[in-house]
Amino acid sequence: MNESIKDQLQKAHEQGDYAALLDLIPYARLIGVECSRVGDELLFKLPANKDNIGNPLLPAIHGGVIAGFMELAAALHLLVFAGSPGVPKIIDFSLDYLRAGQFRDTWARCQVWRQGRRVANVAITAWQSTEAEPIATARAHFKLEEPLKS
Amino acid sequence: MAENPVFERAKRFLSALRHCQVLGLSVHSASNEGLTIVLPYSPRIVGNPETGVIHGGALTSLMDTACGMATLCVLPEFEVCPTLDLRIDYMHAAEPHKDVYGFAQCYRVTTDVIFARGFAYQDDPGQPIAHVMGTFMRMGKHIKGTKGFGGAVTGGAQ
Repeated sequence: MNESIKDQLQKAHEQGDYAALLDLIPYARLIGVECSRVGDELLFKLPANKDNIGNPLLPAIHGGVIAGFMELAAALHLLVFAGSPGVPKIIDFSLDYLRAGQFRDTWARCQVWRQGRRVANVAITAWQSTEAEPIATARAHFKLEEPLKS
Repeated sequence: MAENPVFERAKRFLSALRHCQVLGLSVHSASNEGLTIVLPYSPRIVGNPETGVIHGGALTSLMDTACGMATLCVLPEFEVCPTLDLRIDYMHAAEPHKDVYGFAQCYRVTTDVIFARGFAYQDDPGQPIAHVMGTFMRMGKHIKGTKGFGGAVTGGAQ
């Protein structure tokens, strides 16, 4: 992993402020992902942004943006908590859209169900009004970089 | 080039979607057999700044759009078809500085649900960077607001 990303990650985690880290990822800037630490957990936020609209009728956030937001959240969550040396690589991503993503702020939280030596399984939930009524749930597998044998 | 109503319909549909304009998506080809959308390479969609590889999210937006728009290829009239679910399998990372093509087609259409699948590739369709499957809900052509949007998509020929 690049030293600047490693440094940023370390700093971000100590201070509970992930803005500088997210700023290094152009796609995160494009859709506007934010992240904060709440207690020991990470909470991701995607502020309402006209550029993220897909369906102009409702209007609703583009399904791909919701997916990208959740995928990014899962990768960052692993980066912070898995302690693997490199950036986790996505293997597959499966998501269920439960409700239309309205033109308002969206939140996401991740849960690592299983972290093996090489692969991690992460569940992601995204919601707008209340966490009990998610707009989408997703599940992703990531390939982890194996720690160097000492 | 001979007139292709599906291609024209797809172009109009895509131009109405704001985020797709932000990503610079365009219709490469379209027929009753499916369609291909292009995602141009841009430094703004990079996910890994060390390698310049684009983020999976941009690829997902491309493939969600392609699969959703593949419904235009099989339905006689415009219908809003929101995504029920989508699955992406990543075969290998996209190469930086190259456009990504997303092909999608519908392989089963029922009264309520449409099943679509597709793949994303760069140089060689035989070496896809990702495979995708999705299901889409048919909302019918009479839901609120469809008429105005559908009119724009069909070129006002309703």
